[in-house]
Amino acid sequence: MKFVTTPLLGAILFCAVVPVEAQSQAADATPAFRKLDSVEARVQGCVTCHGQQGQGTANGYFPRIAGKPAGYLYNQLIAFRNGTRHYPPMNYLVAYLPDAYLKEMAEHFAAQRPAYSPQERPVLSAAAVARGQMLVTAGDPKKGLPACIACHGANLMGMEPGIPGLAGLRPAYVVGQLTRWRVGERHAAEPDCMKRIANRLTDEDISAVAGYLALQTPATNASPEPSNLVRMPFACGSQR
Amino acid sequence: MRKSARIALTVGAIAIAAAGGYYFLRPGMLPQNDAAPQLNASTQLINKGEYLARVGDCIACHTQPNGVPFAGGRAMPTPFGALYVPNITPDDETGIGLWTSDEFYRTMHSGISRTGDLLYPAMPYPQYTQVTREDSDAIYAYLMSIAPVKQKNREHELRFPYNNRDLLVGWRTLYFKEGEFQPDPKQSVEWNRGAYLVKGLGHCAMCHTAVNALGGSSEAKAFEGGMIPNQNWYAPSLTSNREAGLGNWTIKEITDLLQSGVSHRGTVYGPMAEVVFNSLQYMTDEDAKAMAVYLKALPQKDNSPPPTSQARLVSPENMELGRKVYVAQCAMCHSEDGRGQPPAYPPLAGNQSITMETPVNSIRMVLNGGYPPGTKKNPRPHGMPPFSHILNDDEVAAVTTYIRVAWGNTGTPVNAKQVNDLRTLLPE
Repeated sequence: MKFVTTPLLGAILFCAVVPVEAQSQAADATPAFRKLDSVEARVQGCVTCHGQQGQGTANGYFPRIAGKPAGYLYNQLIAFRNGTRHYPPMNYLVAYLPDAYLKEMAEHFAAQRPAYSPQERPVLSAAAVARGQMLVTAGDPKKGLPACIACHGANLMGMEPGIPGLAGLRPAYVVGQLTRWRVGERHAAEPDCMKRIANRLTDEDISAVAGYLALQTPATNASPEPSNLVRMPFACGSQR
Repeated sequence: MRKSARIALTVGAIAIAAAGGYYFLRPGMLPQNDAAPQLNASTQLINKGEYLARVGDCIACHTQPNGVPFAGGRAMPTPFGALYVPNITPDDETGIGLWTSDEFYRTMHSGISRTGDLLYPAMPYPQYTQVTREDSDAIYAYLMSIAPVKQKNREHELRFPYNNRDLLVGWRTLYFKEGEFQPDPKQSVEWNRGAYLVKGLGHCAMCHTAVNALGGSSEAKAFEGGMIPNQNWYAPSLTSNREAGLGNWTIKEITDLLQSGVSHRGTVYGPMAEVVFNSLQYMTDEDAKAMAVYLKALPQKDNSPPPTSQARLVSPENMELGRKVYVAQCAMCHSEDGRGQPPAYPPLAGNQSITMETPVNSIRMVLNGGYPPGTKKNPRPHGMPPFSHILNDDEVAAVTTYIRVAWGNTGTPVNAKQVNDLRTLLPE
């Protein structure tokens, strides 16, 4: 198996796999369910990292998955199972699960609308905030970079069927994913629009975007934008 | 000098001598047979071959992750270096398209490839040798019927001296017994079918019989369990009711476990989940039952009295820490009394997989969690989350100790060092 190639990424993966300290555990990330024969009970394998309703956990690396488009979540589960997206704890967990079941899991978490957990607010320089804001809301025409919101939705909740919401994601996670795209560790369906974007981002751009995103207050109870309501600046395989 | 090193040297010397003699007597290619290849197989024969290829789980090794089935290329890490599994699609250039059924049978039965090369025993020919010619021909017919894929085989990356195939002469002398399965007339037809599947195509011994430093295993220790090299999972003994011996299980519980991956007694995980997913779930009810009958009847080799609870070895504080973690994290699914909610959540009380001597598998399950395979009979399995990021080494050790000694369980305590050693491994 091919692993991480940059020290930055290595550090992130390391943090994710090795526990720092015994951490206090929020009650909503402890195994719990009402009925044994339910999707809720079947996805208990996800909850210690992604939270009971996919809201994410109070600390750690793991992303919020609640309310992301089902198509996006399904694509990721398939990619983890097939090994085309690398993250050993996930690759291991879903290795022997059939498509139909992964789809059911994806739809379950896509339908959840739990409250956002309080975010760590990163400390950013004024310049970084300005750069982050520019990239997220307007893009950088000089570098051929479209705005994040052009595809990820005006309220950053993503777009059906395949573009994830960015609201409520930790900076470490966003930095990790953009870096992986840039070094060719993470891919999306061809044409891989995120690859085109990540290739144009510098390290500073990536931390500015991740930091700025974390400073935003996510909309409550919001959903991803409907499919292809707007013409996207780049063609994305996941939207076909 | 360590005993293993001495043995290795002796064996090495024998092997080199044997290799010298063998050099002049290499098998070479089989003589051309005008009748071959037989490519007018019936649908029935091809279907049978497909089924048997499932039973033999050829696909698991001969397919790269996310690759085309049977096109090979998968890296197989071994203690001797990496092997790359060959393409067995019927491509004339890179696969087995030009092979005859005789050559295919020789590979299965004798571990000698078409070109006359000796195969490394990562290919389970020490087990497949038991497969009948008729069944080998069916598998051959099936493989010839699938789409050919042009994908060149990759050279193995074995360390010296293991990269010299001629040394396998020595290995074969020591560890390979060639011969088709001989039914035992004293046993039922069902038992014999089960024995044929377990010992032959099923190649269960590949993991469930311990291998030594040379990758060899001994008949006398068949199915007694062992660590799986390079995977860090323990394949439990099938001949001890204190491990995965099935003497106390009902036939239904055994067939449930094999076909669906879950049962009222326990759940498959780790490498066994892959076996159920790729192979056992496709078994007919009759064959699953035959395997169950044979496995249940395997002689149990426990000759010491059953151990008593080891709870006395655990300090009250540690026991209390383990209980606390258990109540907070585990009891919801496995219930406070350890009876679980089978088959969705397996029982921990009286679960042989938890109480067996080595705690490796239990620790790994607590650290990494796991989903049983999604199978035809259980397509939506319940799963267990990882706890490695929530519990520290002491807590994992305490809770694993707790489930190994609570409710009259007869396992031994686990310490934080054992947990830490396994924590550094990536889940697989």
